[in-house]
Amino acid sequence: MADQVRLFGTWCSPFSTRVIWALKLKGIPYDYIEEDLPYKKSAQLLKYNPVHKKIPVLVHGEKPICESMVIVEYIEETWLQNPLLPSDPYGRAMARFWVKFAEDTAPAIWMVFRTTGEEQEKAKKEVLEMLKTIEEHAGLDKKRFFGGDNIGIVDIAFGQIARWFGVIEEVVGMELLEPHAFPLVHAWTNNFKDVPAIRGNLPDHDRMVAFFKPFRESLLASS
Amino acid sequence: MAEVKLFRTWSSPFALRIVWALKLKDVQYDTIFEDLSNKSPLLLQYNPVHKKVPVLVHNGKSVAESFVILEYIEETWKQNPLLSEDPHERAAARCWAKFGDEKVLPSIWEAFKSEGKEQEEGIVKAKENLKYLEEELKGKKFFGGEHIGFADIALGWLAEYENVFEEVTSMRVIAEEEFPLLSEWKRTFSDAPIIKENWPPRDKLVTKFQALREANLLKKVPK
Repeated sequence: MADQVRLFGTWCSPFSTRVIWALKLKGIPYDYIEEDLPYKKSAQLLKYNPVHKKIPVLVHGEKPICESMVIVEYIEETWLQNPLLPSDPYGRAMARFWVKFAEDTAPAIWMVFRTTGEEQEKAKKEVLEMLKTIEEHAGLDKKRFFGGDNIGIVDIAFGQIARWFGVIEEVVGMELLEPHAFPLVHAWTNNFKDVPAIRGNLPDHDRMVAFFKPFRESLLASS
Repeated sequence: MAEVKLFRTWSSPFALRIVWALKLKDVQYDTIFEDLSNKSPLLLQYNPVHKKVPVLVHNGKSVAESFVILEYIEETWKQNPLLSEDPHERAAARCWAKFGDEKVLPSIWEAFKSEGKEQEEGIVKAKENLKYLEEELKGKKFFGGEHIGFADIALGWLAEYENVFEEVTSMRVIAEEEFPLLSEWKRTFSDAPIIKENWPPRDKLVTKFQALREANLLKKVPK
């Protein structure tokens, strides 16, 4: 007997898309509720995530879970098919380390998006540092995905590199993920986008550019 | 015989989390104290990405990032579990731990590093975050329920370091009248066996954080 699964998200959010990927990879049926952020938040969203008031929120039955990577771990522990984490504690620790790394470094790309001048330069440097660390330390020279032969939780955590980076690069007019500078990361983005569950669930590049360009302009105008 | 080593500094609240978890599970380990101004080659080898403490080394394999280490410890030594078996409760504990590090800690640290009006505003912000913790403690002895759990360990620094900050700057953040449950939790957690025996010396902490505050205030002096 299955409890209803609902996901509150936005179409252009890399964070709610992470949850969609996890649900799709495990073949879990769910209802999706599109939130009209940042303009207004539904009463249900505020009820299910009173602390952060953010998407994504997964509601399983009536139980809410917040924070995209916490939700992915919840999905992993609740539906055991197609595991996203290895079974041994050390392998899991390595995966969680890289998930944390992805979480800690993600804000930098969004700072590139929302700033200009010195602040943007600083954020750009952080993004390049992040790419360099992944290129040198994440073992992509030995495997197709962060998860090995199949995608796993780390691939999901880094997924925004495979689509949102390109969008932000176009909107701000800057190249960050240069293929010759970061060949392993670049190759990974192509492998990642090729996976059917991912390919069918990536927001369209042009549609996102059309959305984020004016959004950036309005952010800069109001700051 | 399994070999467990913990690289730490005497004052790091993040490393304390690992001390608590290992001791609560009665795991034998050796401590290597690091001088962060002069990091050992071993530390650099075991945590090449961040070069920080704490690092746990188990049978020659290293794990970094305090929450990642906690999850590793939980999965490797199953006695005295820190997390519930229920996936929703596990997700909630992880969310509170994240909230602690991403919101509570930075807001208290910001207030600590500043003075005058800036500090007053910082304290207001910190209290907004603490209100959620106060709410969460309703009807509970610990965040983990009847026993110390993952979220208590994640937030445990509050029970001592917040007192240290108050002593150094005379800023009051967790006042009894405003936060009765959180105040009670601080006392109960602090006095729990194992926690009680492992606080770094208070006077040394006060001296250290006094110096840190002064250094930070100097940075802000307008040219």
